[in-house]
Amino acid sequence: MARPETQSITPSGAAPSAADKILEPSPGSQMRRRIFGHYGIMIGGTVLAAIFLIAIFAPLLTPFDPILDQDLAQKLKPPFWHDSPKYDPAHPLGTDLQGRDYLTRLVHGARISLLIGFSAMLISGVIGTALGVAAGYFGGRVDMVVNFIITTRLSMPVVLVALAVVSLIGSSLWIVIWVLGLLIWDRFAVVMRSTTMQVRNLDYVAAAQACGCSTLRIIMTEIMPNVVNHLIVVATLEMAHAILLEAALSFLGLGVQPPAPSWGLMISEAKGMMFFDPWLIGVPGAALFALILAINLLGDGVRDVTAPENRN
Amino acid sequence: MLKYILKRLGVAFMVALTVSVITFSLIYVSGDPAVALAGEAASNDEIEHIRKSYGYDRPIPVQYMDWLGRALQGDLGRSHYLKEDISDVILTRLPNTLILAGCAIAFALILSIPLGVAAAIRPNSLIDRFALTLAVVGQALPSFWFALIMMFFLGIQLRWLPISRVETWQGFIMPSIALGYYVTPGVMRLTRAGMLEVLQSDYIRTAKAKGLRPMVVLFKHALRNAIIPVVSLAAVQFGFMLGGSIVIESIFAINGLGFLAWETIQRGDLPMMQAIVLVLSLFYIVITFLADMLNAFLDPRIRVT
Repeated sequence: MARPETQSITPSGAAPSAADKILEPSPGSQMRRRIFGHYGIMIGGTVLAAIFLIAIFAPLLTPFDPILDQDLAQKLKPPFWHDSPKYDPAHPLGTDLQGRDYLTRLVHGARISLLIGFSAMLISGVIGTALGVAAGYFGGRVDMVVNFIITTRLSMPVVLVALAVVSLIGSSLWIVIWVLGLLIWDRFAVVMRSTTMQVRNLDYVAAAQACGCSTLRIIMTEIMPNVVNHLIVVATLEMAHAILLEAALSFLGLGVQPPAPSWGLMISEAKGMMFFDPWLIGVPGAALFALILAINLLGDGVRDVTAPENRN
Repeated sequence: MLKYILKRLGVAFMVALTVSVITFSLIYVSGDPAVALAGEAASNDEIEHIRKSYGYDRPIPVQYMDWLGRALQGDLGRSHYLKEDISDVILTRLPNTLILAGCAIAFALILSIPLGVAAAIRPNSLIDRFALTLAVVGQALPSFWFALIMMFFLGIQLRWLPISRVETWQGFIMPSIALGYYVTPGVMRLTRAGMLEVLQSDYIRTAKAKGLRPMVVLFKHALRNAIIPVVSLAAVQFGFMLGGSIVIESIFAINGLGFLAWETIQRGDLPMMQAIVLVLSLFYIVITFLADMLNAFLDPRIRVT
C-alpha cells in the first residue's frame, strides 16, 4: 500500500535517495488521511460527538427539568414549525401530555440512550471477546463448547427473554443494561472467534510461543492488537443494537420506567396522540434514528479504513 | 451425508435440551414462582394453594423432568390467566405469526436479492450507491418507529391500508414491511459480496467464453453459488423474526404468538411465558437445522468436511 504513494511523490525512474525516505508519509499520517477523507467517519463522528456533548451538558442547555417541570396548563404546545398561535417560544419543540418541555426531555434522553448503549456494549463485549478469543485460540474442545454456547444463545429470542426477565425481577436502568449486556454478546463471540483463528496460525504467534511466552501474554500482546479493529466494528454495531433494544423494551413498557425521558418511552407515551400530534412521535424517533445512523456510519467507516482489502 | 445429518441432529438435540433447561429456570429468576403467580395482594393460603396445584413444592429437578416429559407429549400445561390449555392457545395464535414472518422474509428477499445482484454487476454505479444508502438507512430505523410512521402516513393520512386488528391480507402489508425491512441490509450486502466474488471466478469466465447469454451466466451460474450463504442468513433471520414479531404484533394488534407473549408477560402468566419461549426457541432450532441441510444439499463441500 505504501509503495504506490511513494512513487507518486518520487519522480519516476529516479534512484531512491535519503530525501525520498523523508517524503514518504508515515503509516500514521496515511491512516489519518484515510480517516479524514472518509465521509462516513466524518459525518458519523461529528453527529455522535454532538449527541455526546448534548448528553453531557443536558442540564445546561434548557432551563427546565425533564421530569419535575410539569404544568398541565402548558400541555401539548406545538413545536416551532407548526406555525400555530399556541406556540410558546419557551418550548421550541413544544410540550408533552404532562406539559413537560419536549426539548428538555429529548436532550436528557440522549443520556439514557448513550449510557445504556455503551454499558451494555461493554458487558457484552467482555463476555463475547473472552469466549470468542478462547475458542479461536485454543480450538478443539474449547471451540466446540463455545460454539455450542453461541448456538444455544442464538436460539433464544432476545426481545422475549429480555422482556420476561425484566418483568420478573422488576425494571430499572441498570437492570435493563445488565439484561441486554448478558444477552447480546453473540456477535462479539462469533467475530472474535473467526478473527482469532486467522491470526492464531501466523508466524509471529508461533515465534512468541517458541520464545516461551505465556498464553495470556500471547493473547494480550500478539492476538488482541491484531483483532482490535474487528472488535471496534462489532462494538459500534452492538452499541447501536443495545440502544435499539432498550428503545423497543421501553416502548413495550418493560424497559426504562416513566417518568424517565427515554426516547422509546417518549414514543410509547405519544402513541395515543398519534392522530392529532404526530410530532410527539416524530421527534424522539428522529433522534433515535440519527444516533443509530451516526454510530453505524462510524463503525462502517472504521471497517473500511482498517481492513486492507477494502482500501481503494 | 448421513454422518453429517446425524452430527447436526445431535447438536440440535443438545441445544434444544439446554434451551429447555434455561427456559424452565426462567421462572425461578424472580425467586418464588408461586408468589409471582399469586400477585401482590395474595394471602399465604392462596400462595400455598398455587404452589400445590402447580407442583412448585416438589424438588426442582423433578419439576423439570415432569414439565419436559409433558412438553414432549405436546402438553405445555394450563394457562394461569386464561384457564385454557397452553398448547391450544399457542396453536390458534401460531398461524398469524407464521404468515407475518413468512411475508416479512419474502418482502426482504424480493427487495434485497435483486438489489444486491444489480449492485454487484456494476460496483460503484448509481444503483450500487442507492442500494448502499438504503442499507445504511434501513439498519438505523427503529422498527417500532418505522411501523408508527407508516401507520400515520399510509393508514391515517392516506387511508390506504387498515391500521390494526385486521385479518385480511391488506392488514398484513404494513406489519410485514415493518418486520422485514430490517433484514434487507444484511441480505443485500451478503448477496452483493457473494456475487462480486463469484463473478471474478474462472468458471464464470469459462461460461462467458463459451458464449452463453449473459442472463444465463448471471442467474444459472453466478447467483446459484452466491446465494448459498444467503440461505443460512435468511433462515436465521426468519427465526429471529418469529421472536422479534412481538414488537410489531403489539403495535398492529395482530393476534399472533408475539402479541400473546406480550399479553402474557404483562399478566405475569409464568407457565404460558415458559411455553412461548420454548416453542419459539425450538422453531429457531428446527429452522436453522433445515437451512443447514439445504446448504449441504446445495454445496457438497459443506457435507464432506
